[in-house]
Amino acid sequence: MSVVAEPAEELTPQREPDPPRSKRRFNTTAFLLLLPGVLWLIVFFVVPIVQLFTVSLQSKYPGFPGYYYRDVNVGNYVTALAEFWPHFVRSLLYGGLATFFAFALAYPLAYAMAFKAGRWRNVMLICVIAPFFTSFILRTIAWRQILADDGFVASALRTLHLLPGDRITETWIAVVAGLTYNFLPFMVLPIYASLERADPKVIEAGGDLYGNGFTTFRTVTLPMSLPGVLAGTLLTFIPASGDFVNASLLGSDRSTKMVGNVIESQFFKVPGGFPVAASLSFTLMAVILVLVTLYVRRFGSEELV
Amino acid sequence: MRTVTRWIGDRFAMIAALLVLGYLFLPVAYTFVFSFNDYRKSNIIWNDASGPTLKHWKDPCGAPGVCDSLVTSLQVGLLATLVSTVLGTLLAFALVRQKFRGRGASNVLVFVPMATPEIVLGASLLTIFVQGFSRVGLQLGFWTIVIAHIMFCLSFVVVTVRARLQSLDPRLDEAAMDLYADPRSTFMRITLPLVMPGVVSAAMLAFALSFDDFIITNFVSGNETTFPKFVYVSYLRGIPAQANVIGFSMFVIAVGLVVLSQVVLSRRGR
Repeated sequence: MSVVAEPAEELTPQREPDPPRSKRRFNTTAFLLLLPGVLWLIVFFVVPIVQLFTVSLQSKYPGFPGYYYRDVNVGNYVTALAEFWPHFVRSLLYGGLATFFAFALAYPLAYAMAFKAGRWRNVMLICVIAPFFTSFILRTIAWRQILADDGFVASALRTLHLLPGDRITETWIAVVAGLTYNFLPFMVLPIYASLERADPKVIEAGGDLYGNGFTTFRTVTLPMSLPGVLAGTLLTFIPASGDFVNASLLGSDRSTKMVGNVIESQFFKVPGGFPVAASLSFTLMAVILVLVTLYVRRFGSEELV
Repeated sequence: MRTVTRWIGDRFAMIAALLVLGYLFLPVAYTFVFSFNDYRKSNIIWNDASGPTLKHWKDPCGAPGVCDSLVTSLQVGLLATLVSTVLGTLLAFALVRQKFRGRGASNVLVFVPMATPEIVLGASLLTIFVQGFSRVGLQLGFWTIVIAHIMFCLSFVVVTVRARLQSLDPRLDEAAMDLYADPRSTFMRITLPLVMPGVVSAAMLAFALSFDDFIITNFVSGNETTFPKFVYVSYLRGIPAQANVIGFSMFVIAVGLVVLSQVVLSRRGR
């Protein structure tokens, strides 16, 4: 059941030394094994992304809404950034906050599963994945009702004077809470996978050497789980910052819209919105790829590569 | 003193873990409770007057469209799982067991779709389906959903199967060869059974991802409705209680199947 956990592997490409170039011959078996999958990814991933890029540079036919012509209209990017930069900032901020909270919640769970659960380990693992099957839309709507103004959570916080705006739904708090909740399993599973591989004896040895539980955790356990933490943060941050469902179901129209909401409405609700929506999508993808690369370089260099 | 802190430390991790699991299950429990609600807008207000009712459980297809969307989701999920598992397993075998030029590029090609936000995948597929493929007769609908789901499940299948393949000891294959097994029976009797748990995990993951996907589906589905899309679209009018019945039942069925597969796999041994 080490299902979703595996992207940890993805981030640690173990390169074997390549044979010298002269010895390489065309490998027919490899070619046949690769052909269908690679072809699928090229036709339905690479080509659409390239097409999205060309659309992001198209211009509208004046007077014909919904029709575009091929162009190098950088103006779309200018519009996208000038008009919607707050949504970008918000998306990255909400995504970052959700990733942080998901990490804080996921670590104890993954730790307990790996070291304390014993024979309950597989049961707990199933429990982490199982909520996927009750559509995440249904669960997010459930959160909207649980956090509603007259609900238990909001009233309790109000009584304690911990709720400055008097409500949770329609605020950024609800959106971040929803993002944290929805992507939590993607944080738990990779951390669990890397902790599970760790030898408990090493941690015991750490206890013998340092004594203090916290020092052992900081110097032994945490570093061993870093590849999982890295994979988990990526698998949480990327979908969280591109999400629009939580912002539209839990947030408000004005102050909590994320870039995903803008892309969605530009595609479906704004006539002639395709080019700007495409340039927004492309910018989002570029920003995330740059952040991910920097992050992996910064935190992954010692442990991973 | 050390034993005291350790005692607390042990319990602390487990207690925190159970609290987090409770947090994960809270909305599922909410869905379960509201499947007994006797009210038109079932997920918003609990109807105290008539109390809990079983009528939605007796007639899960009672709301218009709800079962059609579930059937579409199951069909899409099964097709996407089947194709992506086969293609992904072949890819994983090539990436782990074969040496070839362009291996680095192939790894990148598998990784980048996972690092791309779903909304960008959906948007790019929408543009190509609308501006390109519709000219050759492929309209938005069932098949475009299947195509898109195969695409995003493929990478997850590859990394899952690849991890399993990498953890296998290649000496097992060599031992089989030493015992005069030909490549074909080595593969059928040694490699494939050993890889199978990884393939099964990958297939279950692909199905879960496909079944719960909304963002990409929303872009490429046209007039076709999957179960998550049905719930999202009906949210403003009020979600029929049957959606809660189906959502919770799928959860129970999935847990049941996973437990079953675990039992079967552990009986067979690794």
